[in-house]
Amino acid sequence: MINIIWFLFIIIGIIVATVTGNIEAVTQAAIDNAELAVELAIGLVGVMALWLGIMKIAEEAGLVQLLGKALRPIMIRLFPEVPDDHPAMGAMIMNMAANVLGLGNAATPLGLKAMTELNKINEDKDTASNAMCTFLAINTSSVTLIPATVIAYRAAAGSANPTEIIGPVIIATLASTIAAIIAVKTLSKLPVFSSTNPMKKKNIVKTK
Amino acid sequence: MFVKVIETISIYAIPFILLFIPTYGFFRKVKVYESFTEGAKEGFSTAIKIIPYLVAMLVAIGIFRASGAMELFTKALSPVTKLIGMPGDILPMALMRPLSGGGASGVMNSLFEAHGPDSIIGRMASIMMGSTETTFYVLAVYFGAVSIRKTRHALPAGLIADAVGIITAVLVTNLMF
Repeated sequence: MINIIWFLFIIIGIIVATVTGNIEAVTQAAIDNAELAVELAIGLVGVMALWLGIMKIAEEAGLVQLLGKALRPIMIRLFPEVPDDHPAMGAMIMNMAANVLGLGNAATPLGLKAMTELNKINEDKDTASNAMCTFLAINTSSVTLIPATVIAYRAAAGSANPTEIIGPVIIATLASTIAAIIAVKTLSKLPVFSSTNPMKKKNIVKTK
Repeated sequence: MFVKVIETISIYAIPFILLFIPTYGFFRKVKVYESFTEGAKEGFSTAIKIIPYLVAMLVAIGIFRASGAMELFTKALSPVTKLIGMPGDILPMALMRPLSGGGASGVMNSLFEAHGPDSIIGRMASIMMGSTETTFYVLAVYFGAVSIRKTRHALPAGLIADAVGIITAVLVTNLMF
């Protein structure tokens, strides 16, 4: 999937650029974006370190496990492959909580931590498990209570009521999250995707 | 009132977490400083690990955007989006959103400039921006951190979620404003 899309972006881009005479802009964009990628990644180091450090304290204090227990009924339905006392559950919950509150800076490191934990129980380290796909889909649908950045942009542009969009955003974001969950669960049953499920060899049976 | 409460929560959330977790840990006899630095060590390696994935994704998207292919897509799609009540001006924003967060905020700001943030188009763009995500970036970063190459159904599911977010944003704006 990602192979085809990635290839299409490049090939369509270069063909269109040749036709429209934008070929020099393409060269510049390729080089600029390669540099930008590294800047973004390096820029993440500090925030990553901060939140992974806090997360470690929360883990050793038993806080993450507590949170995991509290939200267990929802989480085991969303992630049936993940044992309910697994650290991945806690990390995913913390990531979603940070997303809901609009704490973008904290959300990414916690999300990456959750992915690392999910990959520990993944049978094939090269291929995304169902739980990883579900977690990613929920993330990209971005459950948001306060779209802080958008509100800031609106205020800067001189809006009379920058926060009036909060209600509609909550409605739209809920719709997209529900769609994400339905889509990811339905797609995982399609033969193309279910045949590549890295966890299919082993059926994890719930003990409780 | 609701807005005030939410705003206060968002201002105090991070300081609260930074105070609460170490305090809780301290009283649970966790060596807080040692644990913190132990966890923080992972920050560097994780950030470095995502570089190849980010380069691949951002370069491909950059080429696609700079080529003018986006304008062609916008032209081809505009008859369809008119049907659901999406003004033509907002379509570039909807197409840009999954690809580039910076690109989408650029489009949103230019819409603010052209139509004003309190116009229907300005509101629709704001709601769209707030309820969708830069799916390709999230995919590259999250899967890159664990070196996942075969992404299975994650991307189609993410794009369906974006499409639903965008369509709902259009419908909600047209209904409420």
